[in-house]
Amino acid sequence: MSGKKILHDLVVLKNEHLNKWHFILELQAPELLPQFLPGQFVQVLVKDSPSTFLRRPFSIHGFDPVKNTIRLLIQIKGEGTSHLSLLREGDKLNVMYPLGNSFTLPSGKNVLLVGGGCGVAPLLFLARWLKEQDVKVTILTGWKRKEDIFEKDVYLQCGEVLVTTENGSEGEMGMVTSHTIFKSDRTFDRIYCCGPDRMMKAVAHMAKRKGIDCEVSLENTMACGFGVCLCCITPTNHGNQRVCMEGPVFSTKELGW
Amino acid sequence: MIDLSIKIGHLNMKNPVMTASGTFGYGEEYRDFLDLGRLGGIVVKAVTGNNRDGNAYPRMAETPSGMLNSVGLQNKGVDYFVKEIYPLIKDFDTNVIVNISGSTIEEYVAVAEKINELENIPAIELNISCPNVKQGGMAFGTISSTATEVTAAVRKVYKKDLIVKLSPNVTSIQEMAKAVVDGGADIISLINTLLGMAIDADKRRPVLSTVTGGLSGPAIKPVALRMVWQVSKAVKVPVIGMGGIMNATDAIEFILAGASAVQVGTANFIDPGVTMKIVEGIEAWCGLHKVGSVKELVGGLIS
Repeated sequence: MSGKKILHDLVVLKNEHLNKWHFILELQAPELLPQFLPGQFVQVLVKDSPSTFLRRPFSIHGFDPVKNTIRLLIQIKGEGTSHLSLLREGDKLNVMYPLGNSFTLPSGKNVLLVGGGCGVAPLLFLARWLKEQDVKVTILTGWKRKEDIFEKDVYLQCGEVLVTTENGSEGEMGMVTSHTIFKSDRTFDRIYCCGPDRMMKAVAHMAKRKGIDCEVSLENTMACGFGVCLCCITPTNHGNQRVCMEGPVFSTKELGW
Repeated sequence: MIDLSIKIGHLNMKNPVMTASGTFGYGEEYRDFLDLGRLGGIVVKAVTGNNRDGNAYPRMAETPSGMLNSVGLQNKGVDYFVKEIYPLIKDFDTNVIVNISGSTIEEYVAVAEKINELENIPAIELNISCPNVKQGGMAFGTISSTATEVTAAVRKVYKKDLIVKLSPNVTSIQEMAKAVVDGGADIISLINTLLGMAIDADKRRPVLSTVTGGLSGPAIKPVALRMVWQVSKAVKVPVIGMGGIMNATDAIEFILAGASAVQVGTANFIDPGVTMKIVEGIEAWCGLHKVGSVKELVGGLIS
């Protein structure tokens, strides 16, 4: 579980725009960052944006203990994320961390990672971490069209990369959940998934049918991020659990999916 | 040396800054961010007679300068509280106050009796104003005769300081304040959340699973200030003010309006260390304005 939680002003080292709707903030800490684990998230304070009252939760996309930086992959959705997309090198951002639990190691050495939309955010950190533990990683991501695809080269460094696009401009045509890998006889020791609830439920269902263990990362709306507001709860087989504390990573068995 | 201490009822507080129920867990979760011993008091999350799972997700909607919640008093019940939570919080170096709620007068009384036995809990806050439960809660706090009745029933069994937390969802807040004082309230706290609603236009659906929820945050501060001012003039018991306090200036405004102490709620979600800044800010404000004791400020509005 998480160590001591802190609030710090992190410095923007880089704001890298990937396409019209996605960007990566690379943030450096003034003090040594904790040993983050994949699946954990941070809460970011968006200043000078009147309609953004609460902090914004973002999962950790990348963690570099040598540079003492974290990378956040952010999709521009509303005023808060628009505001963040305009940050420049040297700007400061108040961030709360480390929050939440993390993905766990699989029983075997062969796993599939499935990401849809901005749900790929925690999967790169996860893929790198798994590779370090000698786990064979296959990464399946879904996109609208070829032009939207980003960071394919970095995923390729971690393992096999499969892609779907809705218009068929790259990889298989269709949604990530309709990829032929799910119909093939390929099997995995675990599937890790992050994306919209409906997509995660569909993946969980296919995993269940194949008898494959599945972990998902939930994105329930939350106010605090550190366990007190009780707004982000999800029902589990042992009662309501807080996505920000007992999650965001849950096994789909726990969720009854 | 500025004297920040204040006494309300029998409660001796180091300073007038408390935390509001439902926003501070049982205090434990804040230990990474602040020194609980520097707070005037903490009000822990509502305790009911039995386990409550609360309402379904989604329970929260961000709104302009605020948020709506419909948590619905999720807690494990008073027996669990006494056995498992109390030992963890009883030695906090601050006033630990328990917020209690129920669906029936009998439930309020049963919870109050059990909390009365806990030596290190100097007061309870009677929650007759939660808008997010189907039965009880706000229903007790919007009809004056019922408010008197539930307060009087708890008064009979509860021997220490009885704080009653009022709902703003009423026509006359003064009438409700008088009603709970008639029932035996020692202290009044206000305001609980304002009943509100958020809609997702694209989906054509309400955002919250319960459709309506309680609005908190700076959006409600003007309403809260008005009600604190009205109540402090209408009754003689001390008043604890809350509603959208984000900083020391907000807290000073409530004190000037007539509050002897303040509770900080939603602001804790955004900055879990905000109460420390508010304590320091009140002290700095007093220094700047040559106020020797915060007591001098209570109800000090010039009009």
